[in-house]
Formats: sequence, C-alpha cells, structure tokens
Amino acid sequence: MTAALMLWRALPVLILAALWETAARTGLVSEHALPALSSIFAALGGLSAGDLYYHTARSVGRGLIAIVAAIPFGVAAGILIAWYLPVRVLLNPLLQCLYPMPKVALIPLTIIWLGIGDVSKITLIFVGALVPIVMAAFNGARGVDRTLLWTARSLGASEVRLLWEVVLPAALPEILNGIRTAIALAFILIVAGELVIANDGIGHMINMWGEAGHYPGMFAGVIVISAVGFAADRAWVALSAWLTAWRQ
Amino acid sequence: MAQSIEAVTELSRPADRGERLRRFVDTFGPFITVGAILLAWELMARQQIVTPFLLPAMTTVAARIGDDLISGRLLLDVALTLYRAFAGFAIAAVVGVALGLLIARFVTVRWFFDPIVSFALPMPKIALMPIFMLWFGLFDMSKILMVAFSLSFQIVISTWSAAHSVEKELVWSARSLGASDRATLWEVVLPAALPQILTGLQVALPLALIVALVTEMIMGGGGLGDTMLQSARYVDSPGVFAGIVEIGIVGYGCIAAMGLIRKRLLAWHQESSNGGTM
Repeated sequence: MTAALMLWRALPVLILAALWETAARTGLVSEHALPALSSIFAALGGLSAGDLYYHTARSVGRGLIAIVAAIPFGVAAGILIAWYLPVRVLLNPLLQCLYPMPKVALIPLTIIWLGIGDVSKITLIFVGALVPIVMAAFNGARGVDRTLLWTARSLGASEVRLLWEVVLPAALPEILNGIRTAIALAFILIVAGELVIANDGIGHMINMWGEAGHYPGMFAGVIVISAVGFAADRAWVALSAWLTAWRQ
Repeated sequence: MAQSIEAVTELSRPADRGERLRRFVDTFGPFITVGAILLAWELMARQQIVTPFLLPAMTTVAARIGDDLISGRLLLDVALTLYRAFAGFAIAAVVGVALGLLIARFVTVRWFFDPIVSFALPMPKIALMPIFMLWFGLFDMSKILMVAFSLSFQIVISTWSAAHSVEKELVWSARSLGASDRATLWEVVLPAALPQILTGLQVALPLALIVALVTEMIMGGGGLGDTMLQSARYVDSPGVFAGIVEIGIVGYGCIAAMGLIRKRLLAWHQESSNGGTM
C-alpha cells in the first residue's frame, strides 16, 4: 500500500480526531467531559505515564497467562469430546451449562473463592477463554473430512497419530478462529474484572483516575488498552494466516 | 481401546447400534451428568469437604432461589437486567443493521466508516465504561448506551458482509425489472441477507447480557449483576451461587428465545423459496 493510499484510508479517523480536538479546544464541550486529544497524548508521556504502562503490563500479563493455559486444555478437551463417547457424556453437559452463561457472572465467585489478586483474575479469564476454544475445537474435529480419516486408517495410522496428524491440522482453522474469539473475550474479562475490583491493572487504574478527576489520564488508559486489544487481534490474525498458509 | 465415534460406517449392524447409543447419549446424557454434578455438589457440601462458605449446599442455594422468587426480588432483578440488555440490543440492532446496509450500498459511507469500524471492532469497548459514567451518569442511560455501543460494531460488520454476499443476479434481475432503490433494498437485499443478519444478532445477544451485568456490578442500581456483587461484598456465598444459577438460566433462556425467533423468521423465508419452486 502506498503512503497516499494509506493516508486516504486513515482520513476518516483523522477527521474525527480533528473534530474532537476543535470541540475540546474551543470549549464547545467541557474539558472535564472530553479532554482535548492533545492533552490525552500528553498524559501518555506525562507524570502518570509510568503508572499507566506498569498497570497495562500487569493486565496484559494476566490475560497472556490465562490464554496460554487455556489453549492446550481447550483444544484437547474439544477434540476429545468430539472423538470419544465417554468424554462427550462426561464433559458435554458441563460445556452446555457453561456456554450460555455470561462469564462475568463468575466475577463475584472468583472474589469469594480466590480474592481480588492475580489468581482470581487469571482463573476468571481462563474459564472465559476456555469455552470458545473448546467449542471451536469440537466443531472443527467433528467436521473433519471422513475420507481423510479412512485413508489414514487404511494406511495403518494409530489413534494418537490420527488425532495429531489428521484431525488437529484439519480442525486448525476453526481452532484459530475460536482462539481469536477467546482473545477478544479475555480483554473484556480483564477490564471488567479489574473495573469491578482489583489492586492493580489498567481497569483499576482507569477507574481510579476517573474517580480522582484526572480525565486525560483516564482517556489515555482507555486508548492504551484499546490499542493493545486492537494490536493483539491483528497479531493473532497474522499468525493464523501464517499457520494455515500450507492450506493454499 | 476406545472406539472412535466417527469410525463407524452407516450400514453395518454395530454402526447402527453406535448410532442409537449416540442418539440416546445426546438426548439423555445431559440430564444424567447434570444430575450427577448436582448430587456430587450436595454430597461434598454436606460432608463438609469444603467449608459451607466456599461451597454452600445445593439445597441451600435452591432454597435461596425460591426465597428470591417468592419475595419478588428475583423477578425485579431479572426484569431490570433484561430491560437494560434488550434496550441496548435494540438500539444496536437498528443502528448496526442500518449502517451495515448503508456501508454495503454507498461507496462514500464505506470510505468513511470502514477504518472506524475496523479499528473499533477488536477494541475492548468495556474499557469506555468510566467515560460513559462520566457522560451519562450512573443510571439506566449509561448502562443501555454502553450495551448498545459494545454491540453496534459487530452487528455493522455482520450486516455488511451479509448484504455484500447477496447474489448479484437477484439484485440485477430486480433492477432490470425496474425496481427502485428502496424496493430493491426492502424486497430483495434485506430478505436475502436476513439469515446472516440474524446470525450476527444471535452472536451479539450474549454479549448484551454480559455488558449489562458488568455495568450493574460496577454502577449498582439493581439487577442481577448488582445483587450478586452485593452478595459477594457481604460474604453471602449462597447469594453468589444463587446469582450464578439465575444468570445461567436467564442466559440460556435468551439464547433459546433467539433461536425460536430465528426459526419463525426463517420459516417464512424457506416457505417463500419452496413456493417459488412450484
């Protein structure tokens, strides 16, 4: 993409930013309701910036640990549920109970069981991220082309190799998509959990700054965590494309 | 060694039995397992394997839900939460579907909204909650708008791709028969895109409930989320567990209702296409 084209594509965002800046500068809206964009960017490098990045890093760390833990569990559970009847009998009803349940309902439970620190937040995000991954792996493994299975069987593939070398790659696109959903959900749970109650993390910081009336800081926090969420999604899409490049 | 389910072929006898077993498990398995879980829960709590604070007995929680139901608090909470979730959902559906159709139809609209929507879509929009509190206060207004804002972008994208994937031949035929822009939209594009639009709405609905609950937990003002967080604050664990069960049932009810509505709307859709072949 050429520079001119990129500018043309980004122009609507720039127009909005310009409108925002003018509205705040000219006093059209109160600076307490909407701080000028420039003062928000100033807050990104100002006195509170150290706090901002520290708390963002705490939040992202929690999310990362939970997602990395949820991927192997979720993929294994999903494939086994699709593959073995006993596992399905055992786990499917649990899954069907958890699936429609809004995972934020577990926030109070994690508070009374595990407190308000890292363990409680990571558990919350882990459970939330697990469900879409299991569902994706389950659907992916169920939809595997039967001819592939027959071929592999007739060539004498063992059950383990069948799962590892046929089912898992065939289900990969759906699994990657499920993980994408899980990442989006993880960000919601990180921020929601920390907004409700926490000692640190970006949600906690946004809340504190809002209550203290440090609005440029609050807006800066929102912008930073939004940018991180956006970047994480784009990075995952790029990684997925790379991982499934062999399909083309 | 466990035989894989998919291994069986349709024609042979053991396959037949496998199929029947599978159907039986799919129908009754859930009840058996859920029953076993409830029983294990009750036994674990009665035997005091964990303290009643960490895991109140199932019967205690059930009694609590019964109390909430009789006192009317449960109905009030459910009504408040559903009101906020569905008001936000309705706003998002109207705005999202309209904007999605406009984006699919007009190049200028697409140019303006494409970068904004694709930037806002993966954002954790819940982070804007303190800003919404600042702008719209602590009452229903900010909660409903937060729900609407969280869902809109997703609905825009799904509507846009739905309208985009409508068969071009349908549109061309309508045009060549002299259909106006408005007639094409209402009578060709919208019905043809309806299944996919509904899928988008179905995906968005659980999120409406999630956001409504979080706003209640943070801002208070009644509703299931508020009541549950109060229980957690007063270390009232039966209340927390009752809240989880209640929210689970409400969530399940919403998803089931949405499925029924979809069946209704699409029954019409399929009927018309069946009629067309005659």
